Amino acid sequence: MSILVGKDTRLVVQGITGREGNFHTQQMIEYGTNVVAGVTPGKGGEWTLGVPVFDTVKEAVETQGANTSIIYVPARFAADAIMEAADAGIELIVCITEGIPVLDMARVRTFLDQKDARLIGPNCPGLISPGEAKVGIMPAHIHKPGKVGLVSRSGTLTYEVVQALTDLDLGQSTAIGIGGDPIIGTNFIDVLKLFEADPDTEHVVLIGEIGGTAEQKAAEYIAKHMSKPVTSFIAGRTAPPGKRMGHAGAIIQGGEGTAAEKIAALEAVGVKVATLPTEVAELVKASMG
Amino acid sequence: MKLHEYQSKRIFAQYGVPIPNGEVATTPAEAKAIAEKLGGRVVVKSQVLVGGRGKAGGVKLANNPAEAEAVAQKILGMDIKGLTVEKVLVDEAADIKQEIYLGIVIDRAIHKPVFIASSEGGVEIEIVAKENPDAIIHLPIDPLLGMQDFQARNLAFDLGLRGKLINQFVKIAKGLYQAFINSDASLAEINPLVVTGEGKLLAVDGKMLLDDNALYRHPDLEAMRDRQEEDESERIAREAGLSFVKLDGEIGCMVNGAGLAMATMDIVKHYGAEPANFLDIGGGAKAEKVATALRIILADPKVKAVLFNIFGGITRGDEVANGILQALEEVKTDIPMVARLVGTNEAEGRAILQAANFPSASSLGEAAQMAVAMAKGEQA
Repeated sequence: MSILVGKDTRLVVQGITGREGNFHTQQMIEYGTNVVAGVTPGKGGEWTLGVPVFDTVKEAVETQGANTSIIYVPARFAADAIMEAADAGIELIVCITEGIPVLDMARVRTFLDQKDARLIGPNCPGLISPGEAKVGIMPAHIHKPGKVGLVSRSGTLTYEVVQALTDLDLGQSTAIGIGGDPIIGTNFIDVLKLFEADPDTEHVVLIGEIGGTAEQKAAEYIAKHMSKPVTSFIAGRTAPPGKRMGHAGAIIQGGEGTAAEKIAALEAVGVKVATLPTEVAELVKASMG
Repeated sequence: MKLHEYQSKRIFAQYGVPIPNGEVATTPAEAKAIAEKLGGRVVVKSQVLVGGRGKAGGVKLANNPAEAEAVAQKILGMDIKGLTVEKVLVDEAADIKQEIYLGIVIDRAIHKPVFIASSEGGVEIEIVAKENPDAIIHLPIDPLLGMQDFQARNLAFDLGLRGKLINQFVKIAKGLYQAFINSDASLAEINPLVVTGEGKLLAVDGKMLLDDNALYRHPDLEAMRDRQEEDESERIAREAGLSFVKLDGEIGCMVNGAGLAMATMDIVKHYGAEPANFLDIGGGAKAEKVATALRIILADPKVKAVLFNIFGGITRGDEVANGILQALEEVKTDIPMVARLVGTNEAEGRAILQAANFPSASSLGEAAQMAVAMAKGEQA
């Protein structure tokens, strides 16, 4: 069992004929993900990697029954691609694209509020339910099926923690990168809620970083609603204020968003916060016995 | 990207926000000429991209053109928080009866632009937020609808404005919102917005931050970039497509991924040294990009060791190893280095480094400890 993606996932790839999109589609197919369609406007009727290409997401939904979309289109076209997917009735939209203007995302999020679609990202590695489906760009081989649910604002840092978990024989139910931008579709609390309800997730790992107050809000939620244990790591203890640390959302502003205040908020509600990424796995191991 | 006060105010003025008459000077003589043209009292304001200019002595009143020249003489060339003042704005001095704060930011939690306003303007809004949070008004705006007149009127009433000031305020708030949206700003701020003795509203100071991700559609704004905003090395990195922030430590860090790059800095600190930089080389890690990144790191004379931390997902370990060795062909150096390569083709990558006698580590902890030892001159 898992959350959001699994054996029922019927994936459409938006931007399937682009270099990145095509490469990662191949990787996802090799992992066993059910890729049912691709979309590139103007290339409808073509085939790539054994997958039919359509001009619109709507056709992919109607013809192939796609229920999940992954987006690899360039930043200036990505907001439009997200809205097209939501309008076509896609239930889960995963946007990998980095560098979408924040005001575009403000409009997209307001549009999505009127639709039934859930967005993961943008600027994220996607998500994987090991052994079932991979909808993203993460290296599949470091994962193994298991009972740890993982949610993170980062990409490669997540891989680091997943590797450490797998090294200690701790498999994952689903690992989700929610993205490093200021406005994202799905936040920590949304995912915590899903993990809490998932019978096969026993322990949750939350990986945060500087900027904003998402981790503090997650801490409030954990205190009130989570019965499952949560272990955390927060990146950016040494980050200076006022400087954007790669991710558009990773910036300490007006003294708000420091690692110290996030760690304090999480520890105050009983979450164990690791000092090193590898220590996360040790803490989970100790907790799960 | 940050804009100067004079740039921000000129943008606001294009959207109907009243600003004081004024011009920018780079010499005391120019400041004098502007003061003569304006007539009466002027205020001479240093244009540097940091806060706290007033406290640092970078903002002064002058009663006549001669005084304006003398004051400009003092301010030009002054050092404010490490930045040299190269320009001053000479503005007509306003007759201030009341000071208001009016700003727009993006609220991440509700994913909308939100107005922040306070009748206690003229001071840093963060201080008001801390000491008197009730004095701050929040007004979210639906980005699909834009700001409506009634919202601007309500804001005016909440700020305690009455009479003719209401309509003036509506025009200013809606203008500021348009400036924010049309410039793809992440912050647009008037502080203070003053009520003058004549009963007029006037934007005396202004500030804008722009969304770097949206600059591609604003070449006119991109052209306003001041080279003072960033360190030379940060500029070179930005132009090479690298995400780089200069810090003060001795361990140069080259990492793929922003989160992992931050975590790597934290680990360096954990093992008793300080990171010299944040650097995310992104995916791929081709030799040319590695070489550029290495040159940027090594240009900092404080750097005593370099730590590579690459978690290959799609990036292949052997490609990265070759990239590092090719970069070292181009960038000759005696600075010790250690690489930690994991993920796809990690064994091949490590074999390539080993054949070239390049120190490598299998875990991040081990790599960080080796880099710290190298920086301290110990044998790794």
